[in-house]
Amino acid sequence: MNDINAKGTKAINKVSFSRKLRSYSGRPLSLILFILMSLAAVLTGAVILLLIGYILIMGIPRLSPRLFELKYNSENVSMLPAIINTFTMTICSMIIAVPTGIFAAIYLTEYAKKGSKIVRVIRVTAETLSGIPSIIYGLFGYLMFVIACHFGNSMLAGALTLSIMILPTILRTTEEALMSVPDSFREGSFGLGAGKLRTVFRVVLPSAVPGILSGVILSMGRVVGETAALIYTAGTVTGIPKDIMSSGRTLAVHMYSLMSEGLHTDEAYATAVVLLVMTAGINCISAYAAKKLSAPDK
Amino acid sequence: MNKVKESLMKAVFMAAALVSIVSVVLICIFLFVNGIPAISNIGLTDFLFGMSWKPEQNIYGIFPMIIGSIYVTAGALIIGVPTGILCAVFMAKFCPACVYKILKPAVELMAGIPSIVYGFFGLTVIIPFVQNITGTGGKGIFTAGILLGIMILPTIISVSESAVRAVPESYYEGALALGATSERSVFFATIPAAKSGITAGVILGLGRAVGETMAVVMVAGNQAVLPEGMFEGVRTLTANIVLEMGYATDLHREALIGTGVVLFVFILIINLLFSLVNRRDA
Repeated sequence: MNDINAKGTKAINKVSFSRKLRSYSGRPLSLILFILMSLAAVLTGAVILLLIGYILIMGIPRLSPRLFELKYNSENVSMLPAIINTFTMTICSMIIAVPTGIFAAIYLTEYAKKGSKIVRVIRVTAETLSGIPSIIYGLFGYLMFVIACHFGNSMLAGALTLSIMILPTILRTTEEALMSVPDSFREGSFGLGAGKLRTVFRVVLPSAVPGILSGVILSMGRVVGETAALIYTAGTVTGIPKDIMSSGRTLAVHMYSLMSEGLHTDEAYATAVVLLVMTAGINCISAYAAKKLSAPDK
Repeated sequence: MNKVKESLMKAVFMAAALVSIVSVVLICIFLFVNGIPAISNIGLTDFLFGMSWKPEQNIYGIFPMIIGSIYVTAGALIIGVPTGILCAVFMAKFCPACVYKILKPAVELMAGIPSIVYGFFGLTVIIPFVQNITGTGGKGIFTAGILLGIMILPTIISVSESAVRAVPESYYEGALALGATSERSVFFATIPAAKSGITAGVILGLGRAVGETMAVVMVAGNQAVLPEGMFEGVRTLTANIVLEMGYATDLHREALIGTGVVLFVFILIINLLFSLVNRRDA
């Protein structure tokens, strides 16, 4: 009767554990459901703990300065070139995808008529894009950029492929951030005589920055962790490419190569740690930016 | 001058907005133009229902891969869906605040871990474990199902959790007032109301499981034959592409693109299902 406690939000409803346990007597279904739910939550927590713990414990002792030498050779199996390529790849795809995504979101929220046909089509296609698996992007990038555009296996082909892949993420988060800017901001700006463009760039965009940033950083994480879309577009050359028209492997592709060759298990462990730390760090920053959005402290 | 700038920028914004439409159209065109000729060359039924994949003899049947994808995805759903939904309900309704503060970021972190790292984890932890308890090679449907089940957890959890949270509190309170326990109230009043949101989460997870490549390649064994048991190796559609694209030529290459077309059609159907569920919700 008195197990209104569960949410633990209201102090007045706090119930001791033994009393809670007693409240289940004669209610086997409730007890079973509660146990199942707790089990699922514990399982989820345990899996993530096991995954991160295992990779950190096995990987950190295998990190050595040799793995961070500037030149890759089969002796040192250095991952530094791959890390540098990862940064280059991230920057390149951001340069393409971020302006496109933000401009598209501006069009959808500020210019297009709500519910017009074109808006609906754009929404549907963006949704479709976000559901396409990365291997399909890889295949498409290979057919379009590598073959049809004659870019060859190159950083540029990889970056173009990835920027289409992350476009829906940036578009959606920016759109949400722009929509959460109150209309009074826009009206105030118009009232002071500013034009539409000035309003968008000076008033609306600045107040939506945390939300946009969180989306951008989130998609950076996707670029860093991407493998399937890059193997046949950016290629698997081990060195640092001299320009964006040459091939280079990012860290995730590097790890895939190490694993499929099966010769460098120790190095694969070490690479997994670096990759895990990079993506986890990026995710934390994104979550922090998103929190800034939900609780703005001016 | 200002007017010109305004309308110029409006055109730029609009062009940017059209990029996603153009991309989808281009993806369709490139896949279908490159894949359909091979499929018609091999013959649609021979391609879709052919039992053997032997590129060296010019035999291209992807039925084992279709079945492989379905088995592995089913395994992932069997493991991921109950765990994910129960965990989401726990997080939304029963979780003490201090546990939530840890569990929520953990699930978010799980969503951000690259699939290649999951694959590595499967290769170095799950496979030896399965080898020990079953005495088989370890690679196969069972292992791939477990790994994919883990991978789709964060998707299912986060979508289901927000679906459960979106149900008005009055449903829960009403059930409580009628004398139901808090568990019964949640499971028989709140969850039925969140049904379409939870379904959407499951479909998203389904899409992720079908399209997953790198992790599956590591743990599924990749034999292009029909599996005879749970612990037999399988090859999925995605694995087929990534394994052979590197050296394939001519018809073989086109057959791989055809595999991509089949996968793409699967994904489009899943997307369609997703938007149908969402539409009904709205």
